[in-house]
This record gives sequence, structure tokens and C-alpha cells, in this order.
Amino acid sequence: MTAETNRPLLRAEGVSKFYGRHVGCRDVSFELHPGEVLGIVGESGSGKTTLLNCLSAQLEPTAGHVLYDTRADGLTDVYRMSEAARRLLMRSDWGLVRQNPRDGLRMGVSAGANVGERLMAVGARHYGNIRSEATDWLSRVEIDADRVDDPPATFSGGMQQRVQLARNLVTRPRLVFMDEPTGGLDVSVQARLLDLLRGLVNDLGLSAVVVTHDLAVTRLLAHRLMVMKGGAVVETGLTDQVLDDPQHPYSQLLVSSILQP
Amino acid sequence: MSVVRGYNFAYLDEQTKRMIRRGLLKAVAVPGYQVPFGSREMPLPYGWGTGGIQVTASVIGPDDVLKVIDQGADDTTNAVSIRRFFARVAGVATTERTTEATLIQTRHRIPETPLAEGQILVYQVPIPEPLRWVEPRETETRKMHALTEYGVMHVKLYEDITRHGRIATSFNYPVLVNGRYVMSPSPIPKFDNPKMHRMPALQLFGAGREKRLYAVPPHTRVESLDFEDHPFEVQTWDDVCALCGADDSYLDEVIVDDQGGRMFVCSDSDYCRQRRDAGHAGHGGPSDLETVERGTP
Amino acid sequence: MTEPIISVRGLRKAFILHNQGGVVLRVLNGIDLDVAAGECLVLHGPSGAGKSTLLRTLYANYLPQAGEIRIRHDGGWVDMVTAPPHRVLDVRRRTLGWVSQFLRVVPRVAAIDVVAEPLRTLGVAPDAARDRAAGLLARLRIPERLWSLAPSTFSGGEQQRVNLAHSFVHPYPVLLLDEPTASLDAANRETVIGLIDEARARGAAVVGIFHDAEVRRRVGTRVLEMREPAGGEVAA
Repeated sequence: MTAETNRPLLRAEGVSKFYGRHVGCRDVSFELHPGEVLGIVGESGSGKTTLLNCLSAQLEPTAGHVLYDTRADGLTDVYRMSEAARRLLMRSDWGLVRQNPRDGLRMGVSAGANVGERLMAVGARHYGNIRSEATDWLSRVEIDADRVDDPPATFSGGMQQRVQLARNLVTRPRLVFMDEPTGGLDVSVQARLLDLLRGLVNDLGLSAVVVTHDLAVTRLLAHRLMVMKGGAVVETGLTDQVLDDPQHPYSQLLVSSILQP
Repeated sequence: MSVVRGYNFAYLDEQTKRMIRRGLLKAVAVPGYQVPFGSREMPLPYGWGTGGIQVTASVIGPDDVLKVIDQGADDTTNAVSIRRFFARVAGVATTERTTEATLIQTRHRIPETPLAEGQILVYQVPIPEPLRWVEPRETETRKMHALTEYGVMHVKLYEDITRHGRIATSFNYPVLVNGRYVMSPSPIPKFDNPKMHRMPALQLFGAGREKRLYAVPPHTRVESLDFEDHPFEVQTWDDVCALCGADDSYLDEVIVDDQGGRMFVCSDSDYCRQRRDAGHAGHGGPSDLETVERGTP
Repeated sequence: MTEPIISVRGLRKAFILHNQGGVVLRVLNGIDLDVAAGECLVLHGPSGAGKSTLLRTLYANYLPQAGEIRIRHDGGWVDMVTAPPHRVLDVRRRTLGWVSQFLRVVPRVAAIDVVAEPLRTLGVAPDAARDRAAGLLARLRIPERLWSLAPSTFSGGEQQRVNLAHSFVHPYPVLLLDEPTASLDAANRETVIGLIDEARARGAAVVGIFHDAEVRRRVGTRVLEMREPAGGEVAA
């Protein structure tokens, strides 16, 4: 094992979010190492999306800390950075893939502009270079070069999700947050996206936090799993261990409830 | 023209003028930054220059000579009305000559005649926020300005090139002021953008409906956004002005008869007249030059 | 005996079925075992004795209640029970190979890419990884016309051979084999025996469950007899 993987990329320390008396998530702690994919599973209302929002610097926790290993300063509390630094982090070193591509894309501008936006945001000012890099990334997510000038509004749901991926990956982030990335897609499209995600995670050495209610997705994508219920983490472990030998009553119920095709 | 009684000098009360002048001072101190102000109800509808008029009313003095243009012309309804308004409520001298004016209120153009130190150019602005097209939330656009997050401005230009092969935005072309704030130059043609750069005159901007003031102090850097491989370019015409023969001014295409006849003439009526007075002539147009219709708001 | 590569002490594993009245199934009750380089330890016993459970626990697929599972990794020891997840994953990636009875892969991925994947995660270039994958697929008699197809459409035997190729494509220092020759014909069984022999010859430690008595006899160097309830003892 190399030395750098001994330092976590992301660390959650007692992260809690309360909405008045209602618990969003409670006392969540974990470490994510470079190259690791963490799946967060649980039913609707279990707090997994609240947790994802807290981790991805979109929702300040009521208590606890989220630390990220920044390139410049090492492990830093993301909610204590300057807003400028945090926003820069979010659009360069991090990616955020939303369940509904409409929320993560500009539907009216071309796929190329969608992918190129992050490059322009960090100072790229050569149209030809931006367009060719966008085309390159679109091809990596299996979108033909001749679609680069078409707006995502003319794409299928699966293609839109792949454009969203390319848009996030173009700045070569180290950490990507995904909220139900395959939700809302046809099963056959899901499989292709999953395979693509696996390949990209592997080739780019990406770390990812993936929220999903689909255990089959986590089996194929996540190295580790956190099972949430009522805002709290009830079980955590290697994905195959949690799925094949769940310890907590709720995890056992969750796993035994899956339909096996 | 007789001054009407019962109004304060230049219509606005002194407290309001002070408030606007304080806002303008801040705007001058932070070039390109949009300063909120308490816009007053004016005796004309929003969209007809209420922001520009309030700025003019706040900075005008009894010795000022006022020029008002609309789309470059002094003789359009809007320009005539605003000029008459200040003649009546402030009793100031007015002019159509750019060089004689100390204060010029404009909608959609910058005069062709270069402005000099000591002159003030007041722009009427409909939408002051250049980021509005992409971000409807004011809190968010303010944050984007504060953190110089201007990548999306280039997304718009990128999209232009993708669709049209070149940057097709021709009006309200965004600029970067003093290397810091991205600013809307108001809907002037991009032809006029280079005139803003290091202009010796003071440039003030007023948006009445949106309640914003901003400014470009004399000699300030004003750069039009572009790409390295698609540099900023101004419009050009294959024709010259039919009346004065000018090949260096912004030309309007005008319909001259019911048969679809058309010709190009200077949008800046004062510049065109100066050239004709100096003996320049174009290749001709209709016999009665004064019947040429000019754009009205 | 030379220094072991796998060293297990006091391993206990029970299943608590919370949603079935809290039934407790005690399967492993204090297993001790060591496996050295070049050895093949055969887990033997009746159905229900916990052979598969032990193998899965060694892989950290099942979570034991007590005991330690130490594996030689990078010149040191890693206890699979207490190591942090990224460490366990690294052991699996580089040291610990696994053949299960069932193939679990992303749907619609070509067989050759399924087989090449372990090498890809180790950073081997795509072409080199595919070359080695192709070599193994050929050796296991998967017709070349099938390589670019997704294995989900293959027969049970073909799937099992893809699975084997996937597990043997990287020379893991430790191999855990759960019925690797089940549903194979005689010729392919010979190939698998050859693969296991080669692994031992290069110094791999192997632990396996083999249904077939002949395979057991030919590849095994020692047998761990397991009874119900499994206590476990190592027989020579």
C-alpha cells in the first residue's frame, strides 16, 4: 500500500443535521480514502441525501465536521474555508452528479458548452481547445463527436446523465458525489452507465460517495457501504460483506427484501 | 423655454439627489460594481429612461449644457422629451452638438465624436446584471461578482460561436471593467464598446426599474470578453453613410419608400450633420433628407 | 514448516437471524489454521459443516465474531478482521484471489473485459490486460467468438470458466477456491488442476473446497476436516 492512501481524502466527524426537532442525519463519522467508492443506502427519508448534501458542502451540518484533503493545505474543514475557496473546490476538485440531469446541466446550451463550462470557470479562454477537450470527454462517456453542438434537451435520459458525468469530470476532480446516478433510467441504460462509471472510477483513480436505494448498484460500484435508517448509520462495512452477511436487523431486512431476478 | 414653477431644480428633491450622488461616488470608487439605490417614481414609465434621468437630475448644475440622444439621434421623441423636461425643470441650456455638451444622456449609443475630459455620459440601462441570463437569483449573482465567478459569461460566447461560427452577440456585449467586474454596457452596439476603454469622460449608468447605479471613471480599462481564437470584433458595413459618406460610424439601415428601398445612414445624427456641414457627401438618398425616419423606442 | 502466508487463530462465526426470531447459527467455533507457500489446504466435511462460511470469512466476505485472520501482504501481516476497509480491499486487489461458484458482473460487459478487470484495477494497460485475459480464456476453451459477448448469456459451465479466468489472470499469492471444478468437463477440470499446480509451484498458498474426490486428491497437500458443529482440526 502506498503512503498516500493512508491519509483519508474525506473525513466526516460526528456529522449531524437537525431541522428543529426533526433529525436529518445524526452523528455520522467515516473516512474515505483515495480511489474508494462509498455507497450510502437506505430507504426514502433515512437521511442519506441530507448526509450527501452535508458532505458535499451544500448544507452546513448542525454539528460535526467535514474535512477534505485539499491540494494546498491538507485536511481542511470545508465549512471553515472561505466561501471563495469552497466554491472553487466544488467546481474543480469535486464533482456533483445529480439524479435528475436537468438539475445538473444547462439544458439550453450545447453539450460542448456544458462540459466546457468548468474549464472556462477556471480560466480557459481558447474556444478551439475548450471544444476539443469537451469533445474528448464526451467521447469518453460514449457520446459521438457529432452531438457536441447539440443541447442536452435533445438527448435521451441516459445520454444526459453521461453528459453530466463528462461535465463533472473535465476538471479531473478527485472526489465525486452522486445522488441516485442511475435512478430514473431504464435498466439496460443503467447497466451501461454503471459499467462506464466503474471504468472511469478505476482509470481516473476517483473517489466517490454514491447515494442510492438500489443495492444492486452498490454491489457493482461501491467498495464500501453505509446503511442508514432514521438519520443514523446502522451498519457499515465492505459492500459484499454488508450484502452477504448483514449484521443489523434493518440491514438484514433490506437485503432480504431484494428481488433476485 | 420657460422654467416651470413649483418644482425643485432638476425635478428631484435635494435629499434624493444627495442619496443618488452618494451612490454614484461609490460606483466611481468601485468601477463596474452595481450600487443599489432608492429609485424614485418619475413622470414617465419604466423603460423610458427613468434611471438615466435620475442620474442626470442628480449631477446636473445650472451651468451644464445638456445633450440627449436616443439610438444616436437627438431628434427622436424620447430624446426630445427628456431634453425638454430638463430645460423646463432645470432651465439648463441644451444642445445637439456633442462637443458643446457637458452632460450627455444616452440610450443605446455612444457619440461618434470622441468625448473629452470634463464631460459626463449618462447611460439609460434596462437590465444592469450581465449574469442575469444564467442566474435569476440576485443573492447568487452578487456572490458570483464578489468571487469573480465569471466562467458562465464565456459559456454564452462559446454558444454563440457554436451556433453562428462567430460571436454573434452584437448589443449589450459584456465587458470587464478595470480587470475586476463584468459589466453590462447597456444595449449599445458592440461597435461602441472600444469607445468605453480609457474614455476621458466620466461614464455613469442608471437602471430605474432595477434600482442600480454603476460607473466607469475616466481613463478606466474596459475590455470586451472574448476568446483567444475568436477575438472581439466590431460590426463593419460594406456601405458608407448615404448622407455624409462616413465609413467610420455606426450605420442604421432605413426604409425610404413603400417599395422596399433602403439605405444606410449614420446613427449619430450630430456626427452626420457635422460632416455634411463640412462639405462631405454620400452617394445620395431621397431628395428630402429630413423625411428619413429614424428609430423610435 | 516454513513461515505461513495465512494464519488463523480462534476464529468464531455465528449468524444471528434477526428477522427470523433471532435464531443463532454457530458455524465456526474456534478455527486455527496455517497455510504456507506452495500448500493447498483442502476444506473437507459434510454439507453444513461451514466450509464455505470459513472460506468466505477468510475473504472478509463474512464478518466473524472473534479471532484473527492474518495474511502476508507487502512483507507484513494484515488482520482481515480488524484492518480498515481500504486495507482489506488492497489485500484483495493484490494478494488474495477468490473463485466463487457464481459469476457476479456488470451486465453487458464483454467476457474478455470481465477477465481483464483485476489487472485493470492494478493499473495494467488495457491492451496488456486483454492479452493476458485472452490467453486464459483460450486455455479454458472459451471459443474466441464469445470473448466480446457478455457472459450472462453463456452456459453455466462457460460462466464458471470465465469466472476462473477472472481469478487466475493475476498471480495472487493467496487463492481461495470455492468448488472451482464444479460443472466443468474432464478436459477443463484438467486445465484447472494445472492452473492450481502452477500457482502452488510459484509459491501461492491455496485454500479450497473441492467436491470432486479426484481433484481433492491431486491438488490437496493437507486436509482440514470439518464437522457439524465445526470445531476443526488439521489432519496431515
